[in-house]
Amino acid sequence: MTGSNTAHPAGPSTSTSSTGTRPRPGSFPGLTVTGFLIRGLLAGLIAGLITFAVAYTVGEPPVDGAIAVEEAAGESVDEAVGDDHAHPEGTAEHSHADTAADDGHSHGEDAEVSRSTQSTWGLITATVVFGTGLGGLVSLAAAFAMGRFGGLRPAGSTALIGVVGYAALSLVPFLKYPANPPAVGDPDTIGTRTGEYFAFLLVSAIVAVLALVLTRRVAPRLGWFAAGAVALIGFVVVMLIVAWLFPVVNEVSDDFPAALLWEFRSASMLTQATLWGVLTVVLSLLVQRADPAGRRPAGLSA
Amino acid sequence: MSQAAIPPRSVPTLAVPSLPIRTILPWALLAGIVLLIAVYFVSSEQGALAVFSGSGIHEWVHDGRHLLGFPCH
Ligand SMILES: [Zn+2]
Repeated sequence: MTGSNTAHPAGPSTSTSSTGTRPRPGSFPGLTVTGFLIRGLLAGLIAGLITFAVAYTVGEPPVDGAIAVEEAAGESVDEAVGDDHAHPEGTAEHSHADTAADDGHSHGEDAEVSRSTQSTWGLITATVVFGTGLGGLVSLAAAFAMGRFGGLRPAGSTALIGVVGYAALSLVPFLKYPANPPAVGDPDTIGTRTGEYFAFLLVSAIVAVLALVLTRRVAPRLGWFAAGAVALIGFVVVMLIVAWLFPVVNEVSDDFPAALLWEFRSASMLTQATLWGVLTVVLSLLVQRADPAGRRPAGLSA
Repeated sequence: MSQAAIPPRSVPTLAVPSLPIRTILPWALLAGIVLLIAVYFVSSEQGALAVFSGSGIHEWVHDGRHLLGFPCH
């Protein structure tokens, strides 16, 4: 990475007492900001690769199923257009091709990227790039969380960030705006739907951060466990209100197969849970290995 | 998993340091922006917004976009 030259080898703000080879109080050698970042990128890369395996196995069958539904619907529209306006065969075909190009969205054989490439190299690109990016972002949050949550070791605060991140950025948004397979969704509303989805993600992330701040604030009075419980309840209540205030989106047509929709959505949820789960576990383990106390066998068995 | 939460009595306590905000902030801005751009290209490019014209990027990451829960089309 570009910034390794500005890494803080001995951690910040400890220019006072150096005690030879032993780590000084106030800094763990491996756990600098760049130390977290590199571990986060690595954990995210691993999580992205494993997520590809899960997404390919459980996610591609319902995606293919939905595209088959979409293409069947497209053909029937073509026939209807041909019948209504009495166009010759060739004209109807041509107008469909134009429409698909205008949408910037075509799944079939006429697509720029073939389906077999989309489901393999395309999918692994998406999961690895997204996973690595997310891993880096989570690790920056984990770097900030270290030492700021009571008795939690660095691995513990890292795991906390992973769990909170999953809840705020995946689980809760999914409950309000569940993932949709191809063929579901009106292309004309993609702008508003994307805006609403990211606005909801942003609000959820802010409320989660406020919940973590609240935990720290009330912990001296209530203790960490009760403080965490209060913050969790607060997060759930606020997000229920936010979800109620945000617009409802339901663009699933009546004739889309319900079982296929469920199969796709559960696959999507499993894909996202895999990404966050592997990322959180791997990053926490890497952080634990860099924790001078976490490396000891006693620390592991405690 | 997060058993480290239990106060480590048996381990001679190494108090967990925290990193000052001013050391985190430059990285959060620098790396954070790069990483958000990476996430943007997977999640949204050539959907609601488009930096590049065409639909090649959208189609390449298409299945991941759907399965990772983002609005696609
Ligand atoms: Zn799509």
